[in-house]
Amino acid sequence: MINTSTHALKTLLWRDFTLAARNKSEWMNPLLFFIFAAVLFPLGIGPDTVILKQIAPGIIWVVALLAALLSLDTLFRADYEDGSLEQLTLSPYSFSSLILGKIAVHWLLTGLPLILLSPLLATFFHLDAAATLILMQTLLLGTPVLSLIGAIGSALTVGLKRGSMLISLLVLPLYVPVLIFGANAVSASTAGLDISGHLMLIGSLLVLAITLAPLATAAALRASIG
Amino acid sequence: MDLAIQDTTSLKAVQLSCVRSDIELFRDLSFELLPGQLVQIEGANGCGKTSLLRILCGLSRAAEGEVMWRSREIEHCRPEYYAEMAYVGHNNGLKANLTCEENLKVSALHNHLKAAHDIEQALEKMGLEELIDEFAGKLSAGQQRRLALARLLLTDAPLWILDEPFTALDLASRELMENIFDQHCQAGGMIILTTHHQMTIPHTEVKLLKIQS
Repeated sequence: MINTSTHALKTLLWRDFTLAARNKSEWMNPLLFFIFAAVLFPLGIGPDTVILKQIAPGIIWVVALLAALLSLDTLFRADYEDGSLEQLTLSPYSFSSLILGKIAVHWLLTGLPLILLSPLLATFFHLDAAATLILMQTLLLGTPVLSLIGAIGSALTVGLKRGSMLISLLVLPLYVPVLIFGANAVSASTAGLDISGHLMLIGSLLVLAITLAPLATAAALRASIG
Repeated sequence: MDLAIQDTTSLKAVQLSCVRSDIELFRDLSFELLPGQLVQIEGANGCGKTSLLRILCGLSRAAEGEVMWRSREIEHCRPEYYAEMAYVGHNNGLKANLTCEENLKVSALHNHLKAAHDIEQALEKMGLEELIDEFAGKLSAGQQRRLALARLLLTDAPLWILDEPFTALDLASRELMENIFDQHCQAGGMIILTTHHQMTIPHTEVKLLKIQS
């Protein structure tokens, strides 16, 4: 059973990556939004390095959060509409682990590229190397939380015609702690403070989300289908 | 195909009732499906045929009553039940951006690993062998339906639950499917389906189940 269920998970990952490779706009859109939105700020505010340095972590985090939000509507939508979600719930293998697999693909396509691109954006804001590294650490811990929590919202609204408005209302309040600790960690470190507390708090949010979000998402999807 | 049939294999509906948008579609519906049987659900449009099938799959819940597989409530034995059940719904569950072959590979999510030649055989049997590398989105409605039904040839599940399997199928494909149903029931499988077509199945008796509101 274990072998076959890893095989099922592998098949699902293969399927989602193949589909993503054939339909690039779906996951490229939020990425482009992330780059453009973040680049516009230095242009609008002007070349004052002190201000830019100060607002950089907050802006990059807010834009990352909005980019994640933008990508949520598509997470289960296509599967719901063509009936493959129905088939997925009828799989003999653990539905919540298949869902965790889907969320992992979502993060690899929307979260991970943000982290890799963040040093580029950091240069626009004149962030030094040390601060950039902290920013990447917080994004590494925080963006999976965004995907995991977002999946619950996406699953709850997938049955609705215009669910994307509702997703923001459901999910944004839950994103706030991640945003606060993520953005503050960078400012705190430039001020010379210890940031291990910030990182541990985001880390614990991540552990909590990995444990509970797949179960909640699976239950929400079953309810949406039924 | 080896089907794991035992004496206890049966799908049982006990006093099911179904309510949709405050309207009661049916109530106190009970029946039992045994190995080798084929049941056709009959009833007017909107009388709850699809709802019944979805309840039998565990996709939605009955307002009252329960569905038993091998004498256990399906909600308590989902993995075991789903390993032995194949469902083809209204929606084909195909990915338009995957080829026919890739779509069938995805059915490994539901069944044990099938070798590549099984997929080729299934496509050949359904008359889709020429389209093996074609995207499912480019197929005609009837071809898509055949591709969805090809999944049945790749599973060793004894229980098939089929919602309007003949939709968009031409006469030849319909006869082919009827033969496949016949073979499945002769091998001890069981089928419950909805259709408005008159089925002619040589060796298997078609039992009718009428839904009345």
